[in-house]
Amino acid sequence: MFEFAFMQRALIAAVVIGIVCGALGFFVVLRRLAFIGVGISHSAIGGVAIGIVLGISPLATAAVFAIAVALAIARLSRRQLLSEDAVIGVFFSASMALGVVLFSLQRGYQQDLFGYLFGNVLAVSETELWVLGALGAAVLAALAIGFRPLFFAAFDEEVARAYGHPVDALNTTLLVLLAMTVVIGVRLVGVVLVEALLVIPAATAALWAGHYRNQILLSTTLGAGAGVLGLALAYWLDLAAGGAIVLVAAAAFFCSLALRQLRPAS
Amino acid sequence: MSERPALDEIVVRCENVAAEVHGRRVLEGISFELRAGRFLGVVGPNGAGKTTLLRTLLGLVPITEGRIEVLGRPAGASADVARQIGYVPQRHAIASRFPARVRDVVLMGRLAHFGTWRRPRREDHRAVAESLARVGIGDRAERSIGALSGGEQRRVMLAQALCASERLLVLDEPTIGLDLPAEHAFYALLRELQRELGLAVIAVSHDLLALAAAADELICINHSMHVHGNPDEVVHSHALREAYSCEFNFLAGEIAHHEKLGRSD
Repeated sequence: MFEFAFMQRALIAAVVIGIVCGALGFFVVLRRLAFIGVGISHSAIGGVAIGIVLGISPLATAAVFAIAVALAIARLSRRQLLSEDAVIGVFFSASMALGVVLFSLQRGYQQDLFGYLFGNVLAVSETELWVLGALGAAVLAALAIGFRPLFFAAFDEEVARAYGHPVDALNTTLLVLLAMTVVIGVRLVGVVLVEALLVIPAATAALWAGHYRNQILLSTTLGAGAGVLGLALAYWLDLAAGGAIVLVAAAAFFCSLALRQLRPAS
Repeated sequence: MSERPALDEIVVRCENVAAEVHGRRVLEGISFELRAGRFLGVVGPNGAGKTTLLRTLLGLVPITEGRIEVLGRPAGASADVARQIGYVPQRHAIASRFPARVRDVVLMGRLAHFGTWRRPRREDHRAVAESLARVGIGDRAERSIGALSGGEQRRVMLAQALCASERLLVLDEPTIGLDLPAEHAFYALLRELQRELGLAVIAVSHDLLALAAAADELICINHSMHVHGNPDEVVHSHALREAYSCEFNFLAGEIAHHEKLGRSD
């Protein structure tokens, strides 16, 4: 099946996205950012709609929009006027509503919309692949450079702050990386399912590994593995690739959970 | 490692300090000095501003009046000052599945020394091993942090703070949640480190009498300074009762009970 150029591109995209989502997913699970992830990914729908209406790249507008929402959530939560989940709830639903209204202005774009909602990895172009690779490399580099202070802040924000580490800037950076990763993942599984790639491989890894290094290694492997296997299943059985990838990841999670219940970690 | 400080050196100097939290004045007129090798206990009723006082020393709460010097430099002025303080905050339980070993956690205390964006050097790993040995859990370095008991976790946090600084420790309710033997052992360890390293310690606790037994001097605050002196004087002072606005006899009974049980040494 990989003799087709479109399948080769899809495969590369699935592996890159699986690795990036798996790595960032470690922090999403550790810092309980799952709901922020949902908020940012769903708000990207508003960004996609703006792009389609304006006739420019929907992924570019989605990126700008998602990052803006991430920054706004970070800023409002820090002011402590409202709890963070309420802030997320407002942004996420309002952005989706914006998307729905903008889409309703357009006629004949329903096919496009479906691709952004649930992914269309088989249509990835070579240019998109390069952009994807560059964004993914940027996210991974930022995580590698900032890993120690990010991990310290995850353990104890108060002490990290007392020792002079830029905790607020680190938290904001993490949300921006999350927004970038969401946009990267949209091509593969769409805005509705991208959260799955951020949470499921990392959660599965947390069931098995006790040390952060092993968790990240396992999480990225599972992310990439689910991408490849899901893609292959989609090809053989003629399924939607995005859904197949997420279901493979979820199957690994539930199998792990069952095994863990049978033989709990010491 | 930092050099052992001269014993008369002033490590912390607070002069007439006032601070606000969310626009509400929490502290005013707080003045004291803490010298190297001394242990200062801070007591006071709930909501008296004890934690806020510690956070002003760390530069986490800005002061609105007065001045605070840590090792001769204004508190919170720079990362250099932050590197001179070891901090153990009021502790929630550590998540039992937090994915780090004991030595990963202690190494976090060194991060400001080797640089936020850098990798640890050999001396940093040595400092981790030394700190763990000092608090008596050198053999737990490779264990998962969540697998340790509450008392052991408290020692890990102390090791993390020692890794950050051997000049000044700031401890907020360091023994909360520990049973009596573990609490005594913790304070005994702290006094040993204090003697060995010439470390200055400032600690807040609800447990007035346990802190009085461990500290060289006590201050009692309730937004403002009520009394400062050696622990015996403070515990028996009228000002202490005023700060807690409680009946003289109630506290006296507590003290008599404690003294009958025998103070720890």
